[in-house]
Amino acid sequence: MSQFKYSEQQLEKAFQARVDAEQKIEPKDWMPEAYRKNLIRQMSQHAHSEVIGMQPEGNWISRAPTLRRKMVLLAKVQDEGGHALYLYSATETLGVTRDELIEALHDGRAKYASIFNYPSLSWADIGAIGWLVDGAAIVNQITLQRTSYGPYARAMVRICKEESFHQRQGYESLMVLANGSPEQKAMAQDALNRWWWPALMMFGPHDGESAHSAQSMKWKIKRKSNDELRQAFIDQTMPQIEFLGLTVPDPEMKWNEQRGSYDHGEIDWDEFQRVINGDGPCNRDRIEHHKKAHAEGAWVRDALRAYESKKRQRLAA
Amino acid sequence: MSQPLIDYCIAQGDDALIFGQRMTEWCYSAPFLEEDLALANVALDLIGRAQMFYQYAAELADDGRSADDIAFLRDARSYTNLLINELPRGDFAFSMARFLLVDTFNVLYLEQLVNSSDSRIAAIAAKAIKESRYHLRRSRDWVVRLGDGTEESHQRMQKGLEEVWGYHKELFIETAGERELIASGVAVDREALYSTWSKQIDTVLAEATLQRPEDGWKVVGGRDGIHTEHLGHMLSEMQYLQRSYPGVEW
Repeated sequence: MSQFKYSEQQLEKAFQARVDAEQKIEPKDWMPEAYRKNLIRQMSQHAHSEVIGMQPEGNWISRAPTLRRKMVLLAKVQDEGGHALYLYSATETLGVTRDELIEALHDGRAKYASIFNYPSLSWADIGAIGWLVDGAAIVNQITLQRTSYGPYARAMVRICKEESFHQRQGYESLMVLANGSPEQKAMAQDALNRWWWPALMMFGPHDGESAHSAQSMKWKIKRKSNDELRQAFIDQTMPQIEFLGLTVPDPEMKWNEQRGSYDHGEIDWDEFQRVINGDGPCNRDRIEHHKKAHAEGAWVRDALRAYESKKRQRLAA
Repeated sequence: MSQPLIDYCIAQGDDALIFGQRMTEWCYSAPFLEEDLALANVALDLIGRAQMFYQYAAELADDGRSADDIAFLRDARSYTNLLINELPRGDFAFSMARFLLVDTFNVLYLEQLVNSSDSRIAAIAAKAIKESRYHLRRSRDWVVRLGDGTEESHQRMQKGLEEVWGYHKELFIETAGERELIASGVAVDREALYSTWSKQIDTVLAEATLQRPEDGWKVVGGRDGIHTEHLGHMLSEMQYLQRSYPGVEW
């Protein structure tokens, strides 16, 4: 008979002390159930976002305008899938399976980044997604490299390297359009108009209204507030927009000398809620596509298991 | 400048590009995530191979056309890829059956093409052979696992094989220009590869518990630009931006 030496309270206190001392929590360490659940929620959401994000970008692989652009885009979409793999594996260290995570995605219990509920309508969207969406993701993820859960932090280090490469590729591809024909420039401006606000929404609600923020900050799962990260993104992106010769679709955007930062207009939070709650242009398509591919692949996964088990039996015989 | 050599490079490029373009359709639709990545890898290899052949063709022709012009500004009748490369994606079993036939051929072909008397062709082949060996390992494994998996996967695999079988003959047909290049040691004798190819396929099918389909039907014509109806649709999608906005940089 084993006896618990420490009460739950003592364990929690010791856990928090480790987090406060910036020690990484590893899979076999004791952790509060709520910490584990919170991580599963956030990490699987992150993994699902990478997977669902393959769709709006993959939408242009067949139409990419040059062989080089086609290969770069294909490699990028492949990288996103690779990120999802690291993240699913890291999430599995918390005692869930990938099958369970996918099931939660399919039945709507798990979310993914709401920005992927917007459609990729022109070639310029591919540049804009790389530049703005990956750009916003990096701002968020750089801080996650120091997140308290070891496997998550390590996955983020690898992911960040590739994301910054994607961001540069996206910006470079948009630069060609911005310096191209009038039609190409209009395409680039239109993409910026449509992706700018959703990119800002990626950082989530204002700090006061964010459901999981306070506890996540205490546990150092999250390291900076939504509003801080959003501001950092705006400040780094505004000069890039100017350099492209494009116009930010926010008439209230202006440099604030005193703060050393940009002031910006208010985000349309009704739209944010609407898209999160299922009424974005592509919510249904995204999940339906994933379900369909998963269902169509069921016989292949079954065959793989059957073959492996036959092989084991033959070896045993 | 040698027209047969230019035509040869373009045909090799077309085979690789059209197959690669078709296989990108799996990129976020495969049976599981690892396969999304692996199939994207294979497609990337093929499109990269096309670019190398087109680039060489563009340099040889020296008529102001770039590799991209060759890829994006020709119509279906000018494409000379073999038909097996343009057939619709099909289900996973069909795709793996097609891969097995093509990859087995490619490895045999490239193993000899690395000794091409044209050093540029030999260099492209040296890169491609490594990729194709990996592709073949994958397709062979998949055909065996699906053939000897469940009842359903066995049936699908057999059906996929039957559906693609009639397109394999074209792998072994040489054009007149190609024969000239074979004579000068630039290209490889396709016909001579058939018996080894056939034996290797039989070995895989036996392990996969699959029946070799009857040789009753065949469809050819790709090298003459006589395609299935599928190619035109693929090209109209692939070439859309280049056609809609001619003459700009991307």
